Amino acid sequence: MSESVIIQNLSKTYPGVKALDGISCTVNQGEIFGFIGPDGAGKTTLFRILTSLLIPDEGTASVDGDDVVKDYKSIRSKVGYMPGKFSLYQDLSVEENLKFFAGVFKTTIAENYHLIEGIYKQIEPFKHRLAGKLSGGMKQKLALSCALIHKPTVLFLDEPTTGVDAVSRKEFWEMLHQLKSTGLTIIVSTPYMDEAALCDRVALLQNGKILSIASPEEIVAEFPHKLFGVKAKKLYQLNELLKLEDQVHSTYLFGDNIHLVLQENVSIEMFIEKIKAENFNDLEWESISPGIEDCFMELMHKA
Amino acid sequence: MGKHFAGHRRLFYGTNAQSMKTVVTVKNLVKKFGDFVANDNLNFEVYQGEIFGFLGANGAGKTTAIKILCGLSKPTSGEITVAGFDVYKQREEIKKNIGYMSQKFSLYDDLTIHENIRFYGGIYGLSNADIKSKTSQYMEKLKLHEYAKSRVSDLPLGIKQKLAFSVAVMHEPQIVFLDEPTSGVDPITRRQFWDMINAEAEKGTTLFVTTHYMDEAEYCHRISIMVDGRIDALDSPHNLKQQFEVDSIEEVFIQLARKATRDE
Repeated sequence: MSESVIIQNLSKTYPGVKALDGISCTVNQGEIFGFIGPDGAGKTTLFRILTSLLIPDEGTASVDGDDVVKDYKSIRSKVGYMPGKFSLYQDLSVEENLKFFAGVFKTTIAENYHLIEGIYKQIEPFKHRLAGKLSGGMKQKLALSCALIHKPTVLFLDEPTTGVDAVSRKEFWEMLHQLKSTGLTIIVSTPYMDEAALCDRVALLQNGKILSIASPEEIVAEFPHKLFGVKAKKLYQLNELLKLEDQVHSTYLFGDNIHLVLQENVSIEMFIEKIKAENFNDLEWESISPGIEDCFMELMHKA
Repeated sequence: MGKHFAGHRRLFYGTNAQSMKTVVTVKNLVKKFGDFVANDNLNFEVYQGEIFGFLGANGAGKTTAIKILCGLSKPTSGEITVAGFDVYKQREEIKKNIGYMSQKFSLYDDLTIHENIRFYGGIYGLSNADIKSKTSQYMEKLKLHEYAKSRVSDLPLGIKQKLAFSVAVMHEPQIVFLDEPTSGVDPITRRQFWDMINAEAEKGTTLFVTTHYMDEAEYCHRISIMVDGRIDALDSPHNLKQQFEVDSIEEVFIQLARKATRDE
């Protein structure tokens, strides 16, 4: 498999903040690669460097064989970039925006219509509406169409699903998987840990550093502890109690149960009996498999 | 089983069914913008000490309803009281008795921590002595000493959010509206934030929360799910999962929100 993006030892510092701290990784052609991390992890800085909009302090990166500093002109025609903030022209219509972006890249809507058809068709009935008057979901579809109209080989999507409801998020990921089938390399960032499972490979990012790079399955397989799911009616109080226990390595609320890791050599059966005696008679537990969020928190612990 | 469980949840937040005090009452709330019905006959109550999740797809009408409950917008019709005050005639009283925090706007970025606390304390009419004691309390509890001189814009996001929450409850409001409070924060901070929410509820404050994280919906005592301006579901997370025969609130949400016919 050939490499589409190569990142070597990339660093970027803003006054008082090390936004990127020696990041290295590669993205293969045709994969969906996710940079997963909270706000401030360095995702946007990284995307801006990779799309030639920002110059790194140290390190190098190339996209599709072009250096992000030296070959900035050719990079700009190769990549599609959808920034986190809606940045189309609000006072142009849907169609005018698309025409504008096609024109900038010296192509036409007709020439590359097949690339955007699946997405653009959904907003085409509103093509005379001003972009500023579109709903959030429609804006997103237009932005994606504009990012694709010049037939990029690599698509960068910076937090496309932030603030988007669960249903629209699901639909957006379905669109990405359809795009992937055309051979496009897709690099996406998200603060939602559950979206990691929808990527081929992910890099977990925190404070400008990569905590781990692997497929979601591998990341989960590398979780170094036994994980238990614990339920009780007074869940919050139970979690507060567990936090104070020496025999607990970590305890976190996860929806309707607690994810518990014990210190090494502590017997779960004996531990549970002890906690039950502290007024949590209804406590139930089972062994569970970790998710990406468990792994992310474990890696944060270590870092 | 479901009823039995609901009873436990009530005990859990420190009140029993008979004496539960209602903090928000919404009867037949309708809000129209021209022909567009943003809120289509909403009916619900929220109780003292309750964590109430207010969910819905983008464009379902949540923001419209929250603005009305915060006294920022008048409904077209309906009987609505918040903290005992009427949303038509006593909107200034409502504003004094609620707190509000959102991820987008809460603190002033170019003021320091102290300046923000003093500003909000002043707005809500706290005495200088109270502002002073709250300030030292927050500095201690949130471990802010190393940031004492920094502007809020230079604080890590997690700390900023915890501070914003503390400032939103500084005047001890009966009810606090949290609009996507945890959006974008790391998973550990997100859970610490929910610990603060739970602790506040234990004190008897009502928390009215919107979120796109479906696991967080499970932390609420009850949740409502809005679809096309209506409330299509309202119950404890446990009961909703039973009713829809699914394992997670995310699945409940997707089943309901998929029925939406209107665009944002």
